[in-house]
Amino acid sequence: MTNDNAPMIEPVIKMREVSKFYGDFRALKAVNLDVAQGERMVICGPSGSGKSTLIRCINRLEAHESGQINVNGVELTDDSASHDKIRGAVGMVFQQFNLFPHLTVLENLTLGPRRVLGLSDKEADERAMTYLERVRIPDQADKFPRQLSGGQQQRVAIARALCMESKILLFDEPTSALDPEMIAEVLDVMTELASSGMTMIVVTHEMGFARKVADTMVFMDQGEIVEIGPPDQVFTAPKSQRFATFLKQILQH
Amino acid sequence: MKCIALFASLLLLTGCSGNWGWYVVDPTTPKGIINLKFMLSGMYYTILLSVTAISISVIVGLLVALPGLSEKKGWRRFNRTYVEIVRAVPILVLILWVYYGLPALSGITLNVFWAGVLALALSDSAFQAEIFRGGIQSIARGQYEAAKSVSLNYHDTMRYVILPQAIRRILPALGNQLVYMLKMSSLVSVIGMQELTRKANELSVSEYRPLEIYTVLVLEYLVLILVVSAFVRRLERKMQASEA
Repeated sequence: MTNDNAPMIEPVIKMREVSKFYGDFRALKAVNLDVAQGERMVICGPSGSGKSTLIRCINRLEAHESGQINVNGVELTDDSASHDKIRGAVGMVFQQFNLFPHLTVLENLTLGPRRVLGLSDKEADERAMTYLERVRIPDQADKFPRQLSGGQQQRVAIARALCMESKILLFDEPTSALDPEMIAEVLDVMTELASSGMTMIVVTHEMGFARKVADTMVFMDQGEIVEIGPPDQVFTAPKSQRFATFLKQILQH
Repeated sequence: MKCIALFASLLLLTGCSGNWGWYVVDPTTPKGIINLKFMLSGMYYTILLSVTAISISVIVGLLVALPGLSEKKGWRRFNRTYVEIVRAVPILVLILWVYYGLPALSGITLNVFWAGVLALALSDSAFQAEIFRGGIQSIARGQYEAAKSVSLNYHDTMRYVILPQAIRRILPALGNQLVYMLKMSSLVSVIGMQELTRKANELSVSEYRPLEIYTVLVLEYLVLILVVSAFVRRLERKMQASEA
């Protein structure tokens, strides 16, 4: 199931017949997916549908058992050199933020740039401040994560991913662990990011966000991509009964 | 501190009954001062021995713990074998074995100090390895994933992300081991190390007042260890403060 609406250039992420098992449970069933450079894709689906597993396979937080994943021209294999190459091109924002609790906000942001990209302390600090301003919390640079609200922590996590200046950003349910009043501030930052041309894959149930920013909407159920297309099209005329039911359930309230 | 004073005064009272001979360590007499000074002179080696041994055992313990966390079965087996065997040997036996057995077996002769350090460090390293393994395992998987997401390699992930957090968590256990080590260093007296216990032994042989002298020895260890644990607690508080 490929996406016909993506621009006709070589996709930056290519997944072919990707399968993944947890014991007997088949989390991904021969998934095919293309993501174009600059594309903004939103993936939704019921819990256990394999959407998190799918994006975690892209940067090898999970290993797929069969099929091919090609990211930024690199084939993902068991060879750890391919993991390193791909992780250099892919950043990630997690549901539980996963900030480093023993480091200040600034140190959280500069660790990767200093140790991996080889930036000097000064360069790394400057870059970190640039991105902290972009997520609108430059004044929190010297605080520790636990001193911040959930929304602020998630914005720090986004800035941390941005500091690596990778081509692709993955978001794994970035607002699911947040109190309702903090969801907006994180979605605002993500919306702004979307308009900057970054390739983004976002697993979320925030349908308003999906409608506003997504080029492509993906619905997954039971390890399969059930529906894929531009949001206008899939929201107004879902082809599958499963997606229609899902939409009804989450938009009911 | 109150309880030490109480303990000491109780002993002194008992001393008045005539069965005790506190004169051997009476600081108001020149003889008592000489004896006390002699006993305290063992403090240097007790501290040096324990601190050297624990420094080594922490490093060895970490190096043994890391393979225990490996995905490869062979590495984990190495960890298990090391821990199970080393942990099962009594320290006293290990001290005697290193001092007398090692030269006979390998031709390497260690002086009393280094034989003591080696035996204490070796024995403690198995416990340190388990402490480190537990501490590292307690760090959430998300921390590893976050480190991967910014492309940190294994070394940097351990050094900058996992170990700083793990060490904060295991600090109370490390303090425990340091206290334990200070006490266990007394066993090195059997091969002639001139530390606190050895000094007390020698004095009691010449003075025929073992009970009084060993009571002072108990107090020496007590004070030493209270100082150490106060220091560890301060360190804990400091580390927590930097994170709060």
